[in-house]
Amino acid sequence: MSRGTLALCAAGLLAAILYPLVVRGLAGAGVGVSANYLINVGMLVFFVAFIGQSWNIAGGFAGQTSFGHVVFFGTGAYCSTILHVTHGWNPWLAWPVATAAGALVGWAIGALAFRAGLKGSYFALITLAFAEVFRILANSVEFTRGGLGMLIKADQRPENFQFRDPMWIYYLALALCVVSLAIAWQLTRGRFGARLVAIRENEDAARALGIDVYTEKVKVLALSGAMCAAGGTFYAQKYLYIDPSIAFGVDKSVEMLLVSMVGGAGTVFGPLVGSLVLTAINEGTRSLASVVPALKNVQPLSLIVYGAMLILIVARLPDGLMGLFGRRKSGKRHDA
Amino acid sequence: MPDLPIILAGVINGLLAGGIYVLVAVGLTLIYGVLHIINFAHGSLLMLAMYAVFFLFKPPVGIDPYLALPIVTGGAFIFGYLVYRWLIGRFNHGRDENILLITLGLSIVIDNAALMFFTGDIQTIDVPYAGRMVELGAAFLPVPKIISFFAALLLCGALGLYMARSDTGKAIRALAKERQGARLVGIDVDKLFAVSYGIGIACLGAAACLLMPTFYVSPTSGHAFVLIAFTTVVLGGMGSFAGAAVGGFIIGITESLGGLLLGEQLGQIGISLIFILILLLRPSGLFGGKG
Repeated sequence: MSRGTLALCAAGLLAAILYPLVVRGLAGAGVGVSANYLINVGMLVFFVAFIGQSWNIAGGFAGQTSFGHVVFFGTGAYCSTILHVTHGWNPWLAWPVATAAGALVGWAIGALAFRAGLKGSYFALITLAFAEVFRILANSVEFTRGGLGMLIKADQRPENFQFRDPMWIYYLALALCVVSLAIAWQLTRGRFGARLVAIRENEDAARALGIDVYTEKVKVLALSGAMCAAGGTFYAQKYLYIDPSIAFGVDKSVEMLLVSMVGGAGTVFGPLVGSLVLTAINEGTRSLASVVPALKNVQPLSLIVYGAMLILIVARLPDGLMGLFGRRKSGKRHDA
Repeated sequence: MPDLPIILAGVINGLLAGGIYVLVAVGLTLIYGVLHIINFAHGSLLMLAMYAVFFLFKPPVGIDPYLALPIVTGGAFIFGYLVYRWLIGRFNHGRDENILLITLGLSIVIDNAALMFFTGDIQTIDVPYAGRMVELGAAFLPVPKIISFFAALLLCGALGLYMARSDTGKAIRALAKERQGARLVGIDVDKLFAVSYGIGIACLGAAACLLMPTFYVSPTSGHAFVLIAFTTVVLGGMGSFAGAAVGGFIIGITESLGGLLLGEQLGQIGISLIFILILLLRPSGLFGGKG
């Protein structure tokens, strides 16, 4: 990492840490903003960047495009919620268990799919089918309370993984995001990451170099699944409610894929950049809808823009928005 | 365990639903067989066609869905042709996931445009013959489903004949077998790719007309059909016409019996499980050749 990049990272982190204090200050000084709303928006940026990064590690670095990443997210959300609500566990204790469950599901799906030799579009489609199986199961079995969903009792104490002040959940999301960035950065430096990139670029060549392609792919899916599941628990504890279509619906899968692809698949900062842009577009259309009454149904516009951006980026800009920043990163894609 | 007559009724109902799946899947398998692309926007384009049928039925136009079939099918062909020319054909290069991602982008745009312009409400059309039933053993079969079943098979047969006999059909089949060779003998490859995509989407137009009398449409309708269509195609073997036909019926019956034996919610799991099992165990499908 060059000195300039390092300085930029430090400045960005400092800005992110100061952000809640600044918006509080502005609100306190009588500027017409809702501090908690803005802090919440910031929290979402980092949370989506975090789950986006979990997608990026498998889909971007290792090139295993998944359409059903939500299967890990939902596993984490349900696992911790069931342990907490049904079995009375402390959610902080349930969190690592949920994360491990995500790794296990990632390992299992990877072992099945990669042993069968599925890659490319077929891998993408089978992950979608797995997510659908989990959604239907969560909808049907007793211990998830079926379609009713699961409610977590509000008890706003930090030791209970619930915060009265949105600032703390914001900092938690920021911390998760920083951890995910560190993991991704490590992938650009370490041997594991190099093996993943080799697999992405040419599986046969990677195998010829002596890389155990199957094991590496299973490992990366387990890692990705663990991260995504951790995000699921975070989500459940933030919103205190999950149901099968939130936890295993296609929307979250698409969101993770979108932020990574648009920001730059296989780059360290891609998911964060994508998440920032997605949130900016979202908030833009939201305020447009609230200001201009004739445009009150304009909300889906943000996703229309994002779908169009996905098409353009796949076709013209394989490094995503990150590709626009100066020299190409070492984790670039050579195709297209 | 329900009685035999009820199971039989479930099988018949599944067969009837399967007729439509065949039509949807034939479109998907044609696109795959010729273009070697997985059209993830298939469900969304079907949803769009269903809205077309809906708006044609509503005043001031007021056309019966069956009479709208030539219009919607023709419109869908033109739409598909243009989508290929303007979008897919231009970007159809590189890794195979790229085109999957582009068609995913297309489906995101279509779904959300539908949400924006048509709202998220569920829309149905009330045709006067919707409630008419035919009794067959323990099964009460809605007349529109019987009509759509035979119409779907008729259309698939006609398409199969067209592909087998007409010059365009022969050229498309040549293209599917050997791209370079087709180009060398003077076939306009790019145009035929667009025509093939158009025909694939035209199948959706026809399917939409046959579906609407007994089904509803909302911006998420496409989702329900995406996995069904992919499962049908994968089951029969990607690119295989006959496979899509058999696959459609198997899926229809699986869905119907699944609902009967496992209940409304859990019954849907059969389709996803078949999809996963086929991909894991026999990715070439039941009728495919090499794996």
